[in-house]
Amino acid sequence: MKEDLNLLEQAAQNDYKYGFVTNIDTDTIPKGLNEAVIELISKKKNEPEWMLKWRLKAYAHWLKMEEPTWPNVKYPPINYQDIIYYAAPKKKEQLNSLDEVDPELLRTFEKLGISLDEQKRLSGVAVDVVMDSVSIATSFKEQLSEIGVIFCSISEAIQQHPELVKKYLGSVVPMTDNYFSALNSAVFTDGSFCYIPKGVRCPMELSTYFRINAENSGQFERTLIIAEDESYVSYLEGCTAPMRDENQLHAAVVELVAMEKAEIKYSTVQNWYPGDKNGQGGIYNFVTKRGICAGKHSKISWTQVETGSAITWKYPSVILKGDYSIGEFYSVAFTNHHQQADTGTKMIHLGKNTRSRIVAKGISAGQSNNSYRGLVRASKQATNARNYSQCDSLLLGDQCGAHTFPYIEVKNKTAIVEHEATTSKIGEDQLFYCRQRGIDAEAAVALIVNGFAKEVMNQLPMEFAIEAQKLLAISMEGSVG
Amino acid sequence: MLSIKNIHANVEGKEILKGINLEIKPGEVHAIMGPNGSGKSTLASVLAGREEYEVTQGEVLFSGKDLLELSIEDRAREGLFLAFQYPVEIPGVSTTNFIKAAVNEKRKYQGLEPLDAVSFLKMMKEKMAMVEIGQSLLSRSINEGFSGGEKKRNEIFQMAMLEPKLAILDETDSGLDIDALRIVANGINKLRTPDRSILLITHYQRLLDYIQPDYVHVLYKGRIVKSGTKELALELEEKGYDFITESIDQSANV
Repeated sequence: MKEDLNLLEQAAQNDYKYGFVTNIDTDTIPKGLNEAVIELISKKKNEPEWMLKWRLKAYAHWLKMEEPTWPNVKYPPINYQDIIYYAAPKKKEQLNSLDEVDPELLRTFEKLGISLDEQKRLSGVAVDVVMDSVSIATSFKEQLSEIGVIFCSISEAIQQHPELVKKYLGSVVPMTDNYFSALNSAVFTDGSFCYIPKGVRCPMELSTYFRINAENSGQFERTLIIAEDESYVSYLEGCTAPMRDENQLHAAVVELVAMEKAEIKYSTVQNWYPGDKNGQGGIYNFVTKRGICAGKHSKISWTQVETGSAITWKYPSVILKGDYSIGEFYSVAFTNHHQQADTGTKMIHLGKNTRSRIVAKGISAGQSNNSYRGLVRASKQATNARNYSQCDSLLLGDQCGAHTFPYIEVKNKTAIVEHEATTSKIGEDQLFYCRQRGIDAEAAVALIVNGFAKEVMNQLPMEFAIEAQKLLAISMEGSVG
Repeated sequence: MLSIKNIHANVEGKEILKGINLEIKPGEVHAIMGPNGSGKSTLASVLAGREEYEVTQGEVLFSGKDLLELSIEDRAREGLFLAFQYPVEIPGVSTTNFIKAAVNEKRKYQGLEPLDAVSFLKMMKEKMAMVEIGQSLLSRSINEGFSGGEKKRNEIFQMAMLEPKLAILDETDSGLDIDALRIVANGINKLRTPDRSILLITHYQRLLDYIQPDYVHVLYKGRIVKSGTKELALELEEKGYDFITESIDQSANV
């Protein structure tokens, strides 16, 4: 047992391999936040007047708000005046093609396993790459535009498609929604924008890769996805950051809108720098993600594999407004060392015959704390709403914690809400069984954990499922007990 | 193949094995019988390396190597296989993936490349037929919701895949109805080769109707008290363990 524990601990010692820093000229603005900074960001992005007004309004709201203290996480107070709100790799005024991207940047993304090179790109996946505060490149843009799909950075969308941005930005996550969404609305710098027109099934996976590089900066990305009637899109985001001793803030807002019979599948593989094994450094990942099933028979499905970040505070949610709409949330959250995760979902049933399904798998190792927090609400009008929730926790070792906070509010008598929860430890019997077959403890833990997470992993698009599996194995190396 | 010399072992401070000696040559099948609590499963666990069992004396040579010095997984990779009395469930991990990992770990230990998908599938098909096990069972989470017979067949399937030098079958017949017993025993018989040794641990003689052992040993109170050929098993079936144990207990009292 002792030996197993040690093995678990070793497994948990694995290094973060995306922790390098790219040496590149960065255009940064001074630390601090005030109206002038927001005006500067807006100006740097050459934004129209309405956008700046929107930002300033959000900022005014934010000033009146208080940072939430209800999550089950602990961190020293954040000094919002000590953050750089805009950092961009210096580049030529306008890029005409990928050939003009700084080779150092291309190398960075190659190192991360993301090739922007036209020939070598992941086949069938269009990628938007965001470094610090700006989008660097988007691939397959033209091919997509031929069928009417718009996939570009949000900055570009503000310029090129203001009518869509005006209509939907803040429509799912209002700027006043919470402290971090208000902050994001004031200072967001870049992110992705997708628009799938009526009846179009997007022929490839759309993907955004977020990278924090600059020091002392925060990343405030904003993503907006709109799926018109009878359309379909599968979108994936990935993220990494260098290893640094200080904490960096990542406060994103993601909004999804699914119209009648539309389906949006949103997958995240989150691997922000988690801090070192003593809990020094790492990203604070305070994110608001929400989708609305606006039309009948629409569907939004969130899948997340969370292995990174020092602190994760994130509840991808679905508002089930259209009758017969479906919301899904599949999550694997892995925490190690001193990582803290408070994550889950909200399923807000408004329409009739709406259905939701929650499958959350938490894995804790080291001295980490992993909390599931979820709300299922069936409103008065939500006749025949159905929810099924399943929360499973797996503990590796005896110094970590798993917590479950399910909230259920049902105002309609015909609604059926089911909740199941389990907590387990990797058994000595399981380990012995594997080892007797020649599988060492470390590989055995990986096998068992992957088995535990399989139901969620199966929801990821193929290429990413394999990546996510590897990531999970790396993140937990040495964590069996 | 396996040479056990004067093994003493404790569990939670209590001595269970009190000096076991056993010599198994390549290709031989030995049966270890004995009443409940005599130390049969302890012997299996000690050989496999289960950590709760503390060996206090004696040595075990396995193909010339000091078995007790090897880790659990290296014993397995050296060719020691234990078919569990109570096979363990691992939710979400199919037998196919499990055994693939096991086969490739062993190959890595031997300095071989992992099997490619085609060769692996071919091997699976072959062994599946041998132990009469279907693909659908192998695609399910290992041992999860399996019947007693399915679990034991799955163990024998894994044995077939791993091609051990020494297979220890711990009460493989327990909890099986007659049909399942026949299938499992047939599988084991097909896996008998001139260089593979088998150690059958069983309480009942009935398994030995299907698998003919070369030698039978009676384990009682942590010692082998009688050894013989398969006729010994028949005698035990007829007279019960008492005819041996009583004389032992008596001589102990004298």
